[in-house]
Amino acid sequence: MTEQEKLERQSKRTRMILIAVSVLFIFLMLVVPLAAIVVNSLKEGFGFYIQAITTEYVRNALKVTLIATIIAVVVNTFFGICAAWLLTKFSFKGKQVLATLIDIPFSISPVIVGLAFLMTFGRLGWTYPAIRAINQWLGTNFRIAFAIPGVVIATIFVTFPYVSREIIPVLNAQGKDEEEAAALMGAKGLKIFFKITFPQIKWALIYGIILCTSRALGEFGAVNALSKTRGETFTLPLEIDALYMSGTDVSITSAFAVSSILVIIAIIIMVVRNILEHRSNKKMEKGEA
Amino acid sequence: MRQIHRLHKKNHNRIQITTVCRKIGIMSMCTILALSASGCGKKNQILTLTNVSYDPTREFYEEYNQLFAKQYEETHGEPIRVIQSHGGSGAQARSVVEGSNADVVTLALEHDISLIEHTGLIESGWVDEFDKDSAPYTSTIVFLVRKGNPKNIRDWNDLIQDNVDVITPDPKSSGGACWNYLAALSYAQEQYHDASKEQDFLKKLYENVSVMDSGARGSTTTFVENGKGDVLVAWENEAITTMQSYPGMYEMITPSVSILAQPSVAIVDDNVGMNHTQDAAKEYLTYLYSTDAQKLAAQFGYRPTDEAVLQEYANVFDLHVKLTTIDDFGGWDNAYAVYFDDGALFDKMYNE
Amino acid sequence: MKKNTKTTRVIPGFHLTLGITIAMLSLIVLIPLASVMVKSLQLSPAEFWRLITKKNVLYAFGTSIVCSFIAAVINLVFGLILAWTLVRYDFKGKRILDGFIELPFALPTAVAGITLSKLYSETGWFGKPLAALGIKVAYTHLGLIIALVFVGIPFVVRAVQPVLEKLDGQYEEAAYILGATPAQTFFKVILPELRPALLTGFGLAFARGIGEYGSVIYISGNSAKEHTQVISYVIMQKLNYIDYASATAIAFVMLVISFVILFLINIVQMRQSRRTNML
Repeated sequence: MTEQEKLERQSKRTRMILIAVSVLFIFLMLVVPLAAIVVNSLKEGFGFYIQAITTEYVRNALKVTLIATIIAVVVNTFFGICAAWLLTKFSFKGKQVLATLIDIPFSISPVIVGLAFLMTFGRLGWTYPAIRAINQWLGTNFRIAFAIPGVVIATIFVTFPYVSREIIPVLNAQGKDEEEAAALMGAKGLKIFFKITFPQIKWALIYGIILCTSRALGEFGAVNALSKTRGETFTLPLEIDALYMSGTDVSITSAFAVSSILVIIAIIIMVVRNILEHRSNKKMEKGEA
Repeated sequence: MRQIHRLHKKNHNRIQITTVCRKIGIMSMCTILALSASGCGKKNQILTLTNVSYDPTREFYEEYNQLFAKQYEETHGEPIRVIQSHGGSGAQARSVVEGSNADVVTLALEHDISLIEHTGLIESGWVDEFDKDSAPYTSTIVFLVRKGNPKNIRDWNDLIQDNVDVITPDPKSSGGACWNYLAALSYAQEQYHDASKEQDFLKKLYENVSVMDSGARGSTTTFVENGKGDVLVAWENEAITTMQSYPGMYEMITPSVSILAQPSVAIVDDNVGMNHTQDAAKEYLTYLYSTDAQKLAAQFGYRPTDEAVLQEYANVFDLHVKLTTIDDFGGWDNAYAVYFDDGALFDKMYNE
Repeated sequence: MKKNTKTTRVIPGFHLTLGITIAMLSLIVLIPLASVMVKSLQLSPAEFWRLITKKNVLYAFGTSIVCSFIAAVINLVFGLILAWTLVRYDFKGKRILDGFIELPFALPTAVAGITLSKLYSETGWFGKPLAALGIKVAYTHLGLIIALVFVGIPFVVRAVQPVLEKLDGQYEEAAYILGATPAQTFFKVILPELRPALLTGFGLAFARGIGEYGSVIYISGNSAKEHTQVISYVIMQKLNYIDYASATAIAFVMLVISFVILFLINIVQMRQSRRTNML
């Protein structure tokens, strides 16, 4: 009995310590920098704040950012599920190489990503003669680099593996016995996926989509290389950079104000996810009871 | 088996979630298409110019574009829109080479425009296309110190004292920083007439540099926002605008010797051909030489090339400074090879 | 066992998913990257070697790799603690805490860099008290590591969290009944289960750190003398002088390094999953 009490006290103490460490870490590393942004954004008063986030430039940048983010999330979710299915349910030659290639965008410097797209679609790139020929033939002025398509592709690139990376560990931990059993019983591919696999990966998928969205919203380096015109192809991070680089006291405050839009979007996403999680937990409890 | 059955039951409501997800996906695709379609439709209505420029000109061109648009509408009866692009001068030149749709370029140095010329986008002879070597305004390198000048900095030799903390960007990554280096070298050459002594002077100077940012704007931020350093070696126009936005906090010191920087402008011939904007582009750059535009440039800290306007602003600019030019260093290509290339003089001085 | 699964694929969708995966991967990732590699391979081997073994390039590689590694280790420890706290304990404000994890992603790296350099500079909220203690953060390696911890933390937490959620209490209960101490339970039972996820998180944070640009350039000071230049910064230097040869050569080496790191992680992960599948 005393042994157990001691253990319980011990585990309570670990609990306290771990919670304290977590709270402290998040507070110092994440909350304070964000607080600094908010404090800075309100330095010139609330009226100025509203004015700063509703300029023509900011509205346009918000539109471009949302377009790029939505397309990137849809494309990468589709891709992520396909890739995770392929990599966890089958064995084949070159699997590890393929898995690694998918992860490449995680670690590539955004500077190189920008360079890579310019060497492909830019004026020095090898597809440029073809693009130019098509434009001359059609009488259009369609561009990939330094236009919206380039921004979208770069955003897809940097967020490419986020969804698959979140799902793969869960599917690996799960094994594939259930799917195999279902397949042997004659179930079709989509049915197996939605009835067996999907429920298991649901949370991982949502985490993946959230990571993907957050990363797409905040992407700076790669898009920076491919998007040069303010008010046209600028995303919010580029607009923030432009404001910050203006260097005056007022424009730096504006830069922080625009940054706070991204923080607000991130907070909205976080709240939505929590509601979803909460609801489904309730449902599950009811279903099991 | 049993497990699978249980899963079947449990997952009914989850399948609904997936259909919802799919609907959201389809809806978002539709919005994207609609948005992009509306975006395309708008473009052809209004004549648009793209001006690819460098960092410190943001505020100037913001104002100038309005001035120009007003003037253009008055003379032609139709509106015009100018889109700006800013960044480090070299990177901006590179973006034009790599396919950015610039109608005109207004960059920090002649050399950056020559780079674009070499790729065939700009016809040779552009330097003579506009007045004064196609440089409508000029600038130079000065010091910015904190109020009251506590370290009593008057000239370049004050920067090599032991207790002085200097902020200047990295010449290896910033064009502006090269001007700073060459301006300091101009002073050293004037003083010593001896290559090894000049090198020693620069070595001492750069040993006093506590933070070397990647660009001129980064250095300004380090000095102004983060409060680091005693003296910022900066563009004259940056120093003037910083003093304007932080009144009473900084002082500008013009050294005895500095270097003349000629920011050049040019039409990107290949792009204006595709965009059918030749005439508007020419008018845009020509108007930079008008009295109104020259006055505007002076307000933003650039030295106007119009002599009459310059005299009007003689209290803003120290006109007694002795200015060398990049030609004194054998042109930009030579200067880069001798001083800034990997293993060249700057590396030798800084790393040893 | 292995051969068996190869010849008879019970689960459908192999060709379809393989096709989609490879097509999209090539279009978005491989073809653009190949364009860079092809460009760098036009250099002669001797020239290539000369460009990537320049002193400042080597130092920058060293700085990037060492600092990212330290940051990834810090993230590994705190990421595990955070994930554990967020999954296993219930307390007030947990949800808010949980939501903060992604914020480093949503913040543009440049804003993060600017904010951190402001906080840790000698006049900032953190920098001032630290400077009083004689610790300099901004414009040193320490600042660099802090920026990398900031951008890397979501990787570890979000990799471990789903696995920890799926890991039910049965193992621990069993271990407890069998008389294991909590520490034994953790190190012998739970940690091995988490190892692949931890490794993934660690590897991703590490790999991301090596390539990081926006968040580090403002806080690192970029001094060639103090070796606080990161490798992305050096590529940017080269590009600013239109030195495509050096830029693509360094890019090539970086591509190889990240491929190797990620490849190792994948091997370990697959080994682990094969073991679970065999059990």
